[in-house]
Amino acid sequence: MNSVNDRSRDIGEFVPAPDDDMLICRCEEITKGEIRRAVHDGMWTMTEIRRYLRTGMGLCQGQTCARLVKGIVAKELGISPAELEPATSRAPMRPTEMRILAKEAQD
Amino acid sequence: MSNAADVVIIGGGIIGCSIAYYLAKKGTSVIVLEGSDHIGNGGSSRNGGGVRQSGRDPRELPLVMYGIKNLWPTLSEELEVDCEYHQDGNLRLGKTEKHKQILEGLTERAVKVGLDVRMIDGDEVRKINPYLSEEVTCASWCPTDGHANPLTTTLGYYKMARRLGVRFITGEKVTELKKVKGKLRKVITENNVYEGDTIVVAAGYQSRKIVETVGIDIPMTQNMIECLVTEAEPHMFDQMLGTAEADFYGHQTKHGSFVFGGTSGFEGVNKDNGTPICNSMTASCECRGIMKYFPALADAKIVRTWSGWVDMMVDGVPVLGNVPEVPGLVLAAGFCGHGFGIAPGAAYNIAELITTGTTPVDISALRYDRFKTKI
Repeated sequence: MNSVNDRSRDIGEFVPAPDDDMLICRCEEITKGEIRRAVHDGMWTMTEIRRYLRTGMGLCQGQTCARLVKGIVAKELGISPAELEPATSRAPMRPTEMRILAKEAQD
Repeated sequence: MSNAADVVIIGGGIIGCSIAYYLAKKGTSVIVLEGSDHIGNGGSSRNGGGVRQSGRDPRELPLVMYGIKNLWPTLSEELEVDCEYHQDGNLRLGKTEKHKQILEGLTERAVKVGLDVRMIDGDEVRKINPYLSEEVTCASWCPTDGHANPLTTTLGYYKMARRLGVRFITGEKVTELKKVKGKLRKVITENNVYEGDTIVVAAGYQSRKIVETVGIDIPMTQNMIECLVTEAEPHMFDQMLGTAEADFYGHQTKHGSFVFGGTSGFEGVNKDNGTPICNSMTASCECRGIMKYFPALADAKIVRTWSGWVDMMVDGVPVLGNVPEVPGLVLAAGFCGHGFGIAPGAAYNIAELITTGTTPVDISALRYDRFKTKI
């Protein structure tokens, strides 16, 4: 992307909502309210949200909540979800034991 | 909004964000320009989380000691974020006679600078950390070292600096610096022009190209190193760990996962396609290394691997401070892969340098013009 993004742009005040306690990232138990607050603290990209709150960093690696988180962040910023980058996928595809991964080469 | 400020900082990593924070606290107006789309997207978010004094070069050691004494203990409260700072010591492990000699050398030099660090034998190592294998025969032990969470700490500095009125702009790639009447004044980006009385270059390896436009060279290259993280495991230990040859390092996080970094031997020759991408051999190599030290972790599952560039100076320590040939330029780059733990101390001193002209810690050994040929 690399588009100029001025982080001082006014996105309005944080307004508490009745469903702020709803769990969005089930692996790491992050709520909708925490995600919305993080946006107001300046976390404006999926990458920043993830690093700040751990959404999508649990066992499922965001396969369940990535879309939901993106929708919440986009709404808070007043932009389309399509304007946010996809969450980074990282190897390995499935959690893999060290002793298995270590077998790439033998002594 | 005005594109001028007292200070323009190039680089939105932990160095740039923390300098911005300490400057803003003193009432200085600051603009931070980050070339990528994300704050803290380089080494700041990709390191192993060490907050370590032992094993460091004596030239940079006083800066990290200053930070650990004065800034790290209260950082979570100050930044209103859990930095997960643990001060439970650092074990730098050795297995061979050669390792022991390396560790003894590092320890001797650090003691001279006033650091509480000493050599211990294998039995004492296993008293501190009973999970270490019998292969470990010695270690240096520094009880005031520790670790923290690089992600929350970096973004915490960003959050607080932004709250204090610092203007952060991401996706703003700097192409050139320009002097006005002999003094550095303008920062030209792909899209805009910014102006400041002081320009801080804290852009990691990218700093080299940026300051080249005002005739300054920082002798560094970039190495790519990789980390991995396991799923959450029951609590085992709280120390930060490293090895004599710096081939593996890591700790157990508050979350329960183990974050380990390591080297494969290919760091200096990894391919650069613009994005750091993990080599398919490295994580496996790291696992083999880790299991030799920690047989109990063989069944721990790796959930994620990542890589990042290290801005590697020719002599292993950063360039910090003013550049008299280019009035208005301040350098804070080349942290060589150990810039996280030192960041608060370094940034506080740079903010003092900019606002008062002096630093609490002598940083003259880190000057930009220290480099000499070998003959």
